[in-house]
Amino acid sequence: MGHPTDIQPVLQLEAVSKSFGGVKALHDMHFDLRPGEVHALVGGNGAGKSTLMKIISGVYQRDSGTIRISGDVKTIQTPNDAMENGIRMVFQELSLIPTLTVMENIFLNHEDVKWGFVLNKKAMLERTEELLADLGIDLDPDQKVSSLSVGYCQLVEIAKALSVRASILIMDEPTASLTASETELLFNIIRLLKAKGVSVIYISHRMKEIFEIADRITVLKDGRWALTEKKEDLDLERVIDSMIGKAVEKAFEWKDRATQISDEPILEVRGLTQDDIVRDVSFDLKKGEVLGIAGLMGSGRTELLEALFGLRSMSAGSIRIHGKDTKISGISDALANKIALVPEDRRRSGLIAIHSVRDNATLPTLSRWSKFGVLDGTRIAGIVGANIKDLRIKTDSADRLVSLLSGGNQQKVVLAKWLNTSPDILLLDEPTAGVDISSKGEIIDFIRTFVSSGKSVILVSSEITELLAVSDRILVLAEGRITRELMREAIKSEEEVQLAIQK
Amino acid sequence: MHSILSRFDLTKNIVYIAFVVAIIFFYLVIGDKFLSTTNILNITRQTAMISIMAVSMTFVIATGQIDLSIGSVAALASLIVALMLEATDSILLSVGVGLGFGILTGALNGVLITALGVPSFLVTLGMMGIIKGLAMWITATSAIPIRNNGYNTIFGLGTVFGIPILFVWTLVALAVGLFVMNYTTFGKKALAVGGNEVAARYSGVNVTAIKIIAMTMSGFTAAFAGILYSGRMQAGRFTFGEGDELTVIAAVILGGTSLFGGTANVFGSVVGSLLIGIINNGLILGGLTVSQQMMVRGAIVILATALGTRGFRFLRKGPKG
Repeated sequence: MGHPTDIQPVLQLEAVSKSFGGVKALHDMHFDLRPGEVHALVGGNGAGKSTLMKIISGVYQRDSGTIRISGDVKTIQTPNDAMENGIRMVFQELSLIPTLTVMENIFLNHEDVKWGFVLNKKAMLERTEELLADLGIDLDPDQKVSSLSVGYCQLVEIAKALSVRASILIMDEPTASLTASETELLFNIIRLLKAKGVSVIYISHRMKEIFEIADRITVLKDGRWALTEKKEDLDLERVIDSMIGKAVEKAFEWKDRATQISDEPILEVRGLTQDDIVRDVSFDLKKGEVLGIAGLMGSGRTELLEALFGLRSMSAGSIRIHGKDTKISGISDALANKIALVPEDRRRSGLIAIHSVRDNATLPTLSRWSKFGVLDGTRIAGIVGANIKDLRIKTDSADRLVSLLSGGNQQKVVLAKWLNTSPDILLLDEPTAGVDISSKGEIIDFIRTFVSSGKSVILVSSEITELLAVSDRILVLAEGRITRELMREAIKSEEEVQLAIQK
Repeated sequence: MHSILSRFDLTKNIVYIAFVVAIIFFYLVIGDKFLSTTNILNITRQTAMISIMAVSMTFVIATGQIDLSIGSVAALASLIVALMLEATDSILLSVGVGLGFGILTGALNGVLITALGVPSFLVTLGMMGIIKGLAMWITATSAIPIRNNGYNTIFGLGTVFGIPILFVWTLVALAVGLFVMNYTTFGKKALAVGGNEVAARYSGVNVTAIKIIAMTMSGFTAAFAGILYSGRMQAGRFTFGEGDELTVIAAVILGGTSLFGGTANVFGSVVGSLLIGIINNGLILGGLTVSQQMMVRGAIVILATALGTRGFRFLRKGPKG
């Protein structure tokens, strides 16, 4: 029964490993969670946080190692096993059904029934009211979820997780889409849960929040455990330091430009505002420059790019391209002004998964490869063949469906698709998310080649190494505003940028 | 040989197998009568309207929409043309007005779908009722005879080198459909809209315009099918095209087009329509009663689409693979 001197942890992982098709995602991981504790889990993209959480919540099964719940060795094979052991996960992508009410969502799949099949609405209503009151959430149980803000959905999600006995609650980036006051509400709920003895695993990139709410912090790096300490014994610099590590891949080292950046701005943005998301943003983009944009999820970085691409209408501000006042009120305007956007979520908005490499690569430029609406098959074959060769897209033919390609190759197809529009300004939103390390290097190299011909790039990325590898300048975005402008020569370390983002 | 077999995609090509199997089966059961020239030409006449509407429906379904109004559009178009012929005796004018009606109705469907954001299923279901009601009201449900022999020859009874003119029209529709789907920017954009509307919009595709054009095509071919019905029957009548929408959709899905949009097989749609025609014809020659025919046809549609979407996996026993 555990070590007598220690407090018995509610959850304990020893030497847990997991690999996917030969790639180790988690090495020898150990982790423990004490009763009534908020334990934060931090690490860069691909550090193994979500793999670890999926093992704990039964989505994946560990390859080796042991998991103990309150001291007893348990096998967690399915999400149901995890639930039976009191483990509940609050999903990042919301799992609520918008057309059902708050109450119906909370009781979905474990409805309270009488005589075996008739819904006991009265009992469920009372239980929901009790649950919401307990958590201090002011909501009508009969309200449809579709009418709630994202923040309140998150709170309902938590209430749902707690509607059955839960001793361990996992939260993955719970504040990503919350406003400041909703975040405060969430933290009050977490404190309440702590007082009741519920343990919380809290995953986030936001250090400020972690230092506010967590009791202990564990850092993961490259699928390995890096550090676990009490919050009081840590500071931001140390956490960031252990997240980053020393070895930087060769592809991610700065390389001096082959050509000088000209002083001539290609794009001048003044006072760009998009509702409450992007506020009064002004900057110049020079010919041949890579402008990096650093910021947390929800800082307005994606919305800024989408406004420049005509996907969102600006509520205020002006844009000049090549020194001329330009209005971009739709994607066709953006394309006419030689602006292209590689969107953040390639599966949702970048690609048509069930179509071929060829069809995807030529979609925005079909009219270019046709006469009177009739496609020129030979030219298209030539263009796509060149795309495959230039970007080193690994596919057996242009006919292959993109859904069958790896993440890195899919992303290269998205790049090809926009390169074919011959853009002067390329907007890249998280271009290496979900991409393997060698493709990452190739994409970074591609950016360098692209700007060497006098064209310009705005690069949004949450990976600071990537930003530092190619950006001539980095703008830091927080709550829709530019809070810092860092010149590359002046940036001494990755830590400095990380600190600027977290401010 | 091996590479051809391994590349053969059962789910996309089930319609061709079913087509051959149906012919062999009915030949074995019914005998020479089934494969006689008269009977084969008969089948091509009977299926022409379904085939032509199936070509457009392929575009509609490829863009992720559906059109339930085609049967009633065909009915009203047959009446409009019959009334126009009665009044003017001008083939060109009558056919022009009939086709114009189809184009307008299809475009209206498209505008309502895109502007109001109402699903195409509901818009065209409503339109089906409106047009059908109009068709019954316009002549107080009576049929209008067509006495223009030129019209009846071109749009119904004539032959070209012994081939029924109705089948010639089918081939024309098939050729145009194949060309537009596979060799024009519109075809590619239509598939993109159905494959992932968000990604299509991000790529600068005018999603609204593409959807409206696909619905307009469908209205156009529905009116043309109505004209062919009227030429074949030498009359306009509100019952023409009744229930055709479901037969056409079945033909398109049998042909290998996904009901979820983003893929299309125009050739398959026409073969699907011929397959349904062969089954109908074979069942009648086989002496089945109307009620028996309906049951067998229903079962065949379910079986063939199941094969088309799941391959033979659903027949296989044991652990899932």
